[in-house]
Amino acid sequence: MRRRHLTAIALTSSASLALAACGGGAGGPQAGGSSKLTDDKIVIGLINDQSGVYKDVSGPNSGIAIQMAIDDYKAKYGDKAVAKTIELVQADHQNKPDVANTKSQEMYDRQNADVILDVPNSAAAIAIATQAKNKKKLYINISAGSTTLSGENCNKYMFHYAYDTAMLAKVSAKGIVDAGSKSWNIVYPDYAFGQDMNKSFAAEVKANGGTVGQSIATPFPSDNFATFITKAGEGNPQVVASMHAGGDLINFVKQFNQSALKGKTQLAVGLMFITDIHALGVEQFAGTQFTDAWYWNFDDQNRQWADKFKAKANVRPSFANAANYSAAMQYLEAVQETGTDNADEIVKNLEGKKINDMFVRNGEIRKADHKVIKDAYLAKVKTKDQVKEEWDLEQIVTTVPAAQAYGEPQASCKMGG
Amino acid sequence: MGNFLQYTLQGLAAGGFYALAALGLAIIFGVLGVVNFSHGACYMLGAVASAVLLAEFNLGFWPALLIVPILLFVFGVLMERLLVRWLLPLDPLYNFLLTFGLTLLLVDLVKKKYGVSGLPYEIPAGLDGRIGTGDISLSVYQLFACLFSLAVCLGVWALLTKTRIGMIVRAATEDADRTSALGINVRRWVTPVFGFGIALAGLAGVLRAPNGAITPEMGGSFIIILFAVVVIGGLGSILGAVVAGFLVGLVEAYGQAYAPAYAQIVIFILMALVILVRPAGLFGREEAA
Repeated sequence: MRRRHLTAIALTSSASLALAACGGGAGGPQAGGSSKLTDDKIVIGLINDQSGVYKDVSGPNSGIAIQMAIDDYKAKYGDKAVAKTIELVQADHQNKPDVANTKSQEMYDRQNADVILDVPNSAAAIAIATQAKNKKKLYINISAGSTTLSGENCNKYMFHYAYDTAMLAKVSAKGIVDAGSKSWNIVYPDYAFGQDMNKSFAAEVKANGGTVGQSIATPFPSDNFATFITKAGEGNPQVVASMHAGGDLINFVKQFNQSALKGKTQLAVGLMFITDIHALGVEQFAGTQFTDAWYWNFDDQNRQWADKFKAKANVRPSFANAANYSAAMQYLEAVQETGTDNADEIVKNLEGKKINDMFVRNGEIRKADHKVIKDAYLAKVKTKDQVKEEWDLEQIVTTVPAAQAYGEPQASCKMGG
Repeated sequence: MGNFLQYTLQGLAAGGFYALAALGLAIIFGVLGVVNFSHGACYMLGAVASAVLLAEFNLGFWPALLIVPILLFVFGVLMERLLVRWLLPLDPLYNFLLTFGLTLLLVDLVKKKYGVSGLPYEIPAGLDGRIGTGDISLSVYQLFACLFSLAVCLGVWALLTKTRIGMIVRAATEDADRTSALGINVRRWVTPVFGFGIALAGLAGVLRAPNGAITPEMGGSFIIILFAVVVIGGLGSILGAVVAGFLVGLVEAYGQAYAPAYAQIVIFILMALVILVRPAGLFGREEAA
């Protein structure tokens, strides 16, 4: 009987492990200090993953970036600054939408946050967008990529910065198809983000005259991609595109490099962060093409900012870090111009505004769907002998102008009041 | 047909690795009756340790194959002496909860020290490239990992069935009281067996390092498959772990090929079917305690 009993335990353990795996890592909130706020303060909230799988992509380093924006704003306006006191409060959402929801309420209500930034994980972002709408406070989404945030889930108090899945597809698919690689097979993780990416990429490849032989869904997460990769090579496509992220992406790329497709078929990656390349090393990724929203070593302006960032964070910034700086700065500029932290006034100021800063090049905050469009980049991972210093990992293949990099505003976005 | 053979080959290659990874879990359960939830975390420690050996001490894959299991053995011995031992007389749930807590702790400690993005590791020289022709081929590394795993499984099996130590350990598993009545110090053997099981998890981690992501979370999804392997094979059965390892590898490969989105579910359907027909698993024995 003992063995039967223990079989049951093993089963229970599998089940609870599955739960634990879904739950992500533990880690407490890191809300910053007591905030007894009055109206003569600006409070910027940052909610993101500060302990789990997306920590390195944005995480606490985006807090450093926002603090840099606060310092730069104060230095720029000095005594003339409308916002004399600016506070930054941070929270860890542990990749859980319900935690994100609670934290955002706490920030808006108790810590008097005027604006919340970042928030990777689209489900978490949608939860906060709803809070922003109900409480009439601002939310600038940066790290969540779902197009629904500027579609059916759009609202007056939310802006969508940096990137979305449609932009990734437009830039990558067009760039790669135009270069002559027309036949594609797509492999994607079978959850909302992966399905979204698969749809966007398939549509863009076809729109540019390419063909998609097959789209293969994979369970999430997955350790073993060997047979998926064999299957993806069937029909001898010119491109195999992986829509995976994080650990799954690393598994996929390592196993692709050991597969029969290596050297025969081009690998494209849907979404990749510089931290992924840095973690795995350029050898594994060399030659892989992907869309980047921003690259620290693109020009002098970026590099100068990246140097300042490195002095504080000890690493080079990801595009999410730079976007958080830019969003905080644009918000503070709007406060400076309007002389108020009233959300409706700020929205009025931002809508339709043309902007050009370290992160947003030739950009515009579209009035119709509050998407912040900007130049985007098709990047290629350098080979080992091209790398001149740590984090010098990307080569920008083409710059895609803002108007071509993003889709038209979606009809499903009803901005309302 | 060519494709089918290719999928089969890939399934078998993956299966060998699953067998090795599940072996330690099966042994620890067989001898101590402990459902070691931290097996996935120890597997992760093995992979992280190889990456650290490479980055900090310039020790590559081959030395890691020897050093890491020794380190993990010591870790396992400490774990048994300091923690697991005290809960052995109690309901097995207590050790299950202990090792679960330990998993969270280990994952977070590694996260704190080495970050979440993962550590780099390359295929060892000499094991890159592929063998085979046309449609049927396998990466040299995959073949090596499979054969190496099989050799280890065979070695462990020989150790347990053909040596005096193995005999004592098996006797202790069957009936600890009667074995000690025959003048054998059973407790003396419990600690090294636990350490050995943990060392096997570490060894699987080293084998994984060249072709998978080395992240603190890597054991999380993997241990789910390992539990399926040991439950299918019969808890505590070494032959069961090996056969079930191959079975799971094959089922997964066919799943990936013919029903991609359900590739993982088919493993658990197989598990459910096996338990329905044989509740103790394919090679497990139902016995009255």
